[in-house]
Amino acid sequence: MTKCRALLISCSALMLILDAGCKKKTPPPPPPPAPAPAPPAANKPVINYFTAEPTTVSSGQPSSLRWSVNDANNVQIDNGIGQVSPNGRRAVYPTATTTYHMTATGPGGTAESDATVTVSAPPPPPPPPPAAKSTPAEILARQVQDVHFDYDKSDIRPEEQATLSADATALKTIFSMDPSFVVTIEGHCDERGSAEYNIGLGDRRSAAVRDALVGMGIPGDKLKTVSYGKERPICTDANESCYARNRRAHFSAGQ
Amino acid sequence: MRNLTLSLLLIGAATGSVTWLLGQQISGQIEKNPGKPRVAVTDFQASGAAAPLIAAFNTTVANDLASSPVLNLVPKTSYPLQPPQQPSDLIPGVAPPGTGSVAIQAKRLTDWSLPPVTANYLGIGYGAEDRGMFVAFGWFYSTATNLPSIQQAQIFGKIYTASLDEAGAIDAGHRYAADILAQLGGKSLVGTRIVFVSDRTGSKEIWVMNWDGTAERQLTRYNSLSSFPSASPDGRMVAFTTYASGTPAIQMLSIDSGRKLPFYNQRASMNSFVTFTPDSKRVIFSSTAGGGPAQLYMANVDGSDLHRITASGGIEVEAKINPKTGADLVDVSGRGGMPQIYQMTMEGTDVRRISAGTGEATNPSWNPDGAHIAFAWTKGFEPGNYNIFVMDVASRQTTQLTANEGRNENPTWAPDGAHIVYASKRGRQSQIWVMNADGTGKRQLTKTGNNEKPFWVNAEQ
Repeated sequence: MTKCRALLISCSALMLILDAGCKKKTPPPPPPPAPAPAPPAANKPVINYFTAEPTTVSSGQPSSLRWSVNDANNVQIDNGIGQVSPNGRRAVYPTATTTYHMTATGPGGTAESDATVTVSAPPPPPPPPPAAKSTPAEILARQVQDVHFDYDKSDIRPEEQATLSADATALKTIFSMDPSFVVTIEGHCDERGSAEYNIGLGDRRSAAVRDALVGMGIPGDKLKTVSYGKERPICTDANESCYARNRRAHFSAGQ
Repeated sequence: MRNLTLSLLLIGAATGSVTWLLGQQISGQIEKNPGKPRVAVTDFQASGAAAPLIAAFNTTVANDLASSPVLNLVPKTSYPLQPPQQPSDLIPGVAPPGTGSVAIQAKRLTDWSLPPVTANYLGIGYGAEDRGMFVAFGWFYSTATNLPSIQQAQIFGKIYTASLDEAGAIDAGHRYAADILAQLGGKSLVGTRIVFVSDRTGSKEIWVMNWDGTAERQLTRYNSLSSFPSASPDGRMVAFTTYASGTPAIQMLSIDSGRKLPFYNQRASMNSFVTFTPDSKRVIFSSTAGGGPAQLYMANVDGSDLHRITASGGIEVEAKINPKTGADLVDVSGRGGMPQIYQMTMEGTDVRRISAGTGEATNPSWNPDGAHIAFAWTKGFEPGNYNIFVMDVASRQTTQLTANEGRNENPTWAPDGAHIVYASKRGRQSQIWVMNADGTGKRQLTKTGNNEKPFWVNAEQ
């Protein structure tokens, strides 16, 4: 053992002995902690700006809220927006004039601000399109129905009377809408008879319808007649159904 | 010999198959026109540029003669093989018996008047090209043996010049046949035409063509509906119905120039169906001018001086004036119900129905003889099933000319009284056909579009 080492051991042992042996003295109480320094006074939150742009919109059109807040740790905007970051912007689409209220809170206090978006009255809607007004030609095409005939006959069948009456009513409407309107009653035949005789027969059919309508009060000078015989069929099938369709008086516009 | 002659005559009368000719007896040939002369016409030969055309010439001559009622054309199968071609080929006299050369060379007129040919008349000739034209030399001889010389036996000899093409050869053939027919009392069809209706341009217009279907020419361009043509007996005017002014109205045109001729239409919903008097100076037509159903009216050919003919209470259409007498007319009337054919005087008196009264009878047309009409009739068939019939007006006896060949209507007679032109609709299309007056020889004339309502026009007078 070296001299230093031996010294150290003996010192340590000595200290232990001393420590154990020195319990007789009470150490002094530590000093009380130093009082915490008074925190510095907090800044009040400052709303640098809270604006809406544009300030006037039409209903449903966007406006942009913009803000900048200092010293706040909670920034809220009402009207459903909620908490926002201290600096920001938000598009809003008010349908009525709305004042947005911002509340900025922080350790220093609270700040509030308002931004109002005025919703101007919407432009009047365009008037609804006018209801389609029937023209005489339209009434003629849609409401004045063909009158049909038996083979080789030009007399008006009883079952055609209802059609004739409805036609008369529609024609009266037409002529009151347009007193200068003229209607041509065409006489037609099915394809079986001779072409020559059918010119004569078609003429009888158009005349019969014209006479019946005049009897119902339609002015005769507004009704012209023409026979097309079998020259203008609306179908060409060789069956009774097509023949029956072709045996007709048909109404067309003008002379 | 006389007893034999007499008994053969009786047998001939009984069987109808033996004909007396020049005191000679023939047997076994059914004659188309009993009692009419027998005519032989050789097949003409040609050389050079005319050679390819001569067949058309020969066929035309044969067709025209075969369809005539005034002669019997002897079939070429009985002809000698090397017939004469010109007068200088002919030698007089009778072939000596047993010569054996008769059947081949036949240079004697008696080779043609004796069996097997047994012709009363002989046509010979040939074709050639001359200075760029087709030329046919045609002669016509009587074979009667009592004539003193060959020159005296010649009835005519003519040169027929035409264009050096098939149409020219056909035209020359028509003219040669017409000259033969004229000798034997037949009316020729040369120069006659047919006016008709065609929709081939997209609308119904009036057209004209030669009687054989050639040279179709459009007469109207109204882009409307024009139909129901008829022609004046002088062959110059066509009258028809047109919707060009809105309602059916009458229009008259010159066939040759196409120039409109004046016709004053009555204020009426319908003016239609013109027929001419034989002198082509006045007309009868249908009009609703009096109110009520269409009635018959007479006027001058320009529509002036109108007076009414009928007041029947029924539809009166298709009046046709008797071309021979000019004293009566037939028309189609619905006065009794379905359309039937009636006859009456030009004053509208003495009205009588001549069609049977069943079905629908329409489209009457007079034979130039003024004694027969052709018409369209459904007879006992369903409406629309029309056929062509011919009626002897005096006896009302009626013959059917078409059957099971589509819908047949609008017959009109040729000026020779031996042919009828008509419209036949088989399937969807109507075409114009011609036939002999007995219903044989039906031939289609038109092909393009729908063609209908033909009317045979006389040669211009």
